Amino acid sequence: MIKALGDFLEIIKGGLITARHFVTNMWFHTLKVLGFKTGRKGAVTIQYPEEKKELAARHRSLHRLLRREDGQPRCVSCLLCVTVCPSECILVEPTEDPDPEIQKVPVKFTIDISRCCFCGFCVEACPEDAIRMDTGKIEIAQYRRQDLIYSLDRLLK
Amino acid sequence: MDIVIIVIKIVLALVWFLVLTLYLTWLERKESAVIQDRIGANRANIWKLRVLGLFQPFADAIKMIFKEDFVPPFANKFLHTLAPFLSFFFVAITICAVPFGDTLRLGGRAINLQVLDLNAGLLFMLAMLSLAVYGIILSGWASRNRFTLLGGMRGAAQLISYEVALGLSLIGIIMVFPSLSLQTIVRFQGENLFGFIPKWGVLLQPLGFVVFFFAALAETKRVPFDMPEGESEIIGFFTEYGGLKWGLFMMTDFMEIIIVSALLTTLFFGGWQVPWLAADGFHWPWGGVWTLPHGIVILLQLASFNLKIIFFCWLQILIRWTYPRFRYDQVMNMGWKLLIPLSLVNIVGTGVVMGFLK
Repeated sequence: MIKALGDFLEIIKGGLITARHFVTNMWFHTLKVLGFKTGRKGAVTIQYPEEKKELAARHRSLHRLLRREDGQPRCVSCLLCVTVCPSECILVEPTEDPDPEIQKVPVKFTIDISRCCFCGFCVEACPEDAIRMDTGKIEIAQYRRQDLIYSLDRLLK
Repeated sequence: MDIVIIVIKIVLALVWFLVLTLYLTWLERKESAVIQDRIGANRANIWKLRVLGLFQPFADAIKMIFKEDFVPPFANKFLHTLAPFLSFFFVAITICAVPFGDTLRLGGRAINLQVLDLNAGLLFMLAMLSLAVYGIILSGWASRNRFTLLGGMRGAAQLISYEVALGLSLIGIIMVFPSLSLQTIVRFQGENLFGFIPKWGVLLQPLGFVVFFFAALAETKRVPFDMPEGESEIIGFFTEYGGLKWGLFMMTDFMEIIIVSALLTTLFFGGWQVPWLAADGFHWPWGGVWTLPHGIVILLQLASFNLKIIFFCWLQILIRWTYPRFRYDQVMNMGWKLLIPLSLVNIVGTGVVMGFLK
């Protein structure tokens, strides 16, 4: 009998917890609607298309290729990124560079984003710091697969 | 002229009922969201006008109307179609016995703010609410699917375990306010205890209130007692339904919440009574009368009735989003071994106390 009453009290306590959440959240929602500044929000929701979450500094987003000071791509076509890529989505076609210091440059540098798993190994493998994943672009969906294949020009932008 | 008044009353009551049902779905979404620190449905808009997602029920309705009206080839077509309408009808008709307010005097006429003042209104409500379960049993059986049949049978088993307690818990109320007419019961609750406490049913029948509240929660067939539906195990009696027919079952659920809230308000919380408000204004317990015109009094009573109903709808949604569901046998145990003995104790206790007070 006493145990049953105790259980009943616990049940009521549970209801009070949700009621407390309701009341405090409603209080902050109401203050916001009335235009008061509060240190707390009524909900933890980030209303996505309008509000965006700030990405972490080390977040891996869409790739980009870097240029030298003279505007040429930094890439020397060493094919380390192609080798390390677990999804085999990078295609590099090298050609000869007149500068003997550089030796090779890419004519084609294609990343098939539809296959990329965003592991970031290419960035870590690159000896020339030519590829980075710090554009902060995460909304890269397309209607056609063709549009997800990024060529050299698009990556250099 | 009388017929016109009755038609107007029917239309107004139904519109009130259906609009409240629509917005109860909105309240359910928003309240559950606020409880869980979310925001809830707020994207439905008309020309970029969102107003807190208030258009969401209409978006839902349009979606459901345009869905395919599918009847599985193995189902009994006639009964499969009849079931949702049956369960909807029996709940929708209960609104005619709910008293919304006191008698309205308009142009020399006395209009009772109740669609139909049945002299056995309470019995009528209980009877219709228990008939609503036929829709569930029928839908479970006519779909000819094992899981729906299980859901329908569970609905029937749950019905007999709580319906007895539901009826017995109200005997105390009928003993205290000697009438079966809901309007008369509300009028009795306008009196005061010891001159200053409103004589509401919950103060005279606390145990009856608790038993009725639990049994009524079971009546709505929502989560703590969702045996016929059982979302997490058998999908329930409406597995084979889609589109508007499924929508009717959903609406029946929400309408039952409103009807249960209306019954709780009417029987235990003074219905449309505002504390110390009589037909001519406020009679304060510390002396003094604050006279109010007739129209204002009626509006206050309507507002009080609606506020109480909305509070109980809120409470039921809170309960639905707080507690985990009972197991099938636990509901049976609670109904037969806890609620029915408690309601019997309540009847005996009420009788003894009334005998001593006489």
